[in-house]
Amino acid sequence: MAKALLGSLPGAIELGLIYALMALGVYITFRILNFPDLTVDGSFTTGAGIASVLIIGGTHPWLASVAAFFGGVAAGACTGLLHTKGKVNGLLSGILMMIALYSINMHIMGKPNLSLRGNETVFSDVSPLILMPIFVLAIKILLDLFLHTDLGLALRATGDNPQMIRSLGANTDMNKILGISLSNGLVALSGALIAQQSGFADISMGIGMIVIGLASVIIGEAIFGAGTVVRATLAVIFGSIIYRFVVALALQVRWFDASDLKLITALIVIIALVVPTLQRYVKQRKDAQARSQELLAASGSRKNSRGGGDG
Amino acid sequence: MLEVSHVVKLFHPGTVDEKVALYDINLKLNPGDFVTVIGSNGAGKSTLMNIISGVLEPDHGTVRIDGHEVQQLSEFKRSRWIGRVFQDPMAGTAPHMTIEENLSMALMRGKPRGLSFGVTRKKREMFREHLARLGIGLENRLKTKVGLLSGGERQALSLLMATFTEPKMLLLDEHTAALDPARAELVIRLTEQIVREMKLTTLMVTHNMDMAIRLGNRLIMMDKGRIILDIDAERKKHLTVEQLLREFAQISGQELTDEKLILG
Repeated sequence: MAKALLGSLPGAIELGLIYALMALGVYITFRILNFPDLTVDGSFTTGAGIASVLIIGGTHPWLASVAAFFGGVAAGACTGLLHTKGKVNGLLSGILMMIALYSINMHIMGKPNLSLRGNETVFSDVSPLILMPIFVLAIKILLDLFLHTDLGLALRATGDNPQMIRSLGANTDMNKILGISLSNGLVALSGALIAQQSGFADISMGIGMIVIGLASVIIGEAIFGAGTVVRATLAVIFGSIIYRFVVALALQVRWFDASDLKLITALIVIIALVVPTLQRYVKQRKDAQARSQELLAASGSRKNSRGGGDG
Repeated sequence: MLEVSHVVKLFHPGTVDEKVALYDINLKLNPGDFVTVIGSNGAGKSTLMNIISGVLEPDHGTVRIDGHEVQQLSEFKRSRWIGRVFQDPMAGTAPHMTIEENLSMALMRGKPRGLSFGVTRKKREMFREHLARLGIGLENRLKTKVGLLSGGERQALSLLMATFTEPKMLLLDEHTAALDPARAELVIRLTEQIVREMKLTTLMVTHNMDMAIRLGNRLIMMDKGRIILDIDAERKKHLTVEQLLREFAQISGQELTDEKLILG
């Protein structure tokens, strides 16, 4: 068992780092903009599809990956426009885009499955285990820097207190569109790299991606904390790696098979969402009970001493 | 500086719930005017603030700020002229961001936001100076998240954020109503000091008659969406709460029964 654990470590790190880009995208919408964006399930495949088609057509893999990023940006912009200008509910605008993207992805790819076997990818010359840590770290630092610029501060405030940042002259609609675009750009880039790492793009590869992203964000924050942006983005990356590790572990267990993965992921997210709420509730209740006991005891003793004095 | 002419605002027009929130409001503020606004609940004070700041669009009439006709401009575009402090201490600041980050965002009021760093060493020095003048020790807590501050501290910070770019207009919407008396007094003192030093044209809504009389050089009273009383600096000097109550009863033909308004 221990050997199996150790054996799954490199794979978990490799996949975790590639998916970390997607998780960072989810972090931007879910945590910074406070906007649960379901476009992710579609834009992940969009990225994979664009990169695969371009690579098969002879485009340089890095260029193809950049194109995938912008494909995601476009998808995100549509969701953002739908939500801000069309005044469509946030969840619904994401769902609508996700469904629309399914058809669009099919058009991009031409068929449900594209193989990249025999084509040059970004991982042809360098192992993902060497390339990805550097690449993800670079993206993380760029994102951290961006979130500390004037524009980045306004973006964060858009999620934190839109009324306030509007009264300070920021266009919150534009900021939301920008944030959702950037988020889906990263998601699509992640999809493009996953396609190149696994050697194929599949029309259904994005299903459940949003939940995996959420799981990574939540696990990371729970373990490493999210006090500052710099810390939170790092936590998200580690969260993504740990998630892959948990998945690898779960698959070692005999009575689970691959199709149970989505259930396990959903359970992780549910536990991570529900447990803190319950804990808080229990703690508040306990505190309130203890405090009221204290108050009663205090007034009781005052009464007693006064009573004693009178007598 | 501010010129509101013939502004009408309806809520739920054409339905059984139709309410005339503002009716033919005309108000002109000269540069440096500090006008206090009183009136019972539903008088239209907050609606007037929201019309001026751009949260609401008037159904009729014009709003001019510093010569610009602004009633069509969205809130974020008007913000270059208008600093605003809200009643809710939570409303004016971003709780999950630090004091210095909040101040940086306020510093960029109305300017295009680009990719230069939000907080720089130079700005930090400036923030420290400004915060020190508040006299509540915030200058040593630049990296504290605003959500950890008390209501009074947040409101003092909001006031600083609304004013330190010297906007043309300062709108104060019952900005001390949610604070305990000691904190409210502190924020009022800071308000007076900042408005005086920067000679800001200010419109302040308050529930507290005493405060409305004590502060500013002009007082207006609103009722049912109209301005029913406009008292200039000369008359305001000798004004008492009792006089105000009498005036109100005379004009509106009813007793002022809003307990909150009388007792403040």
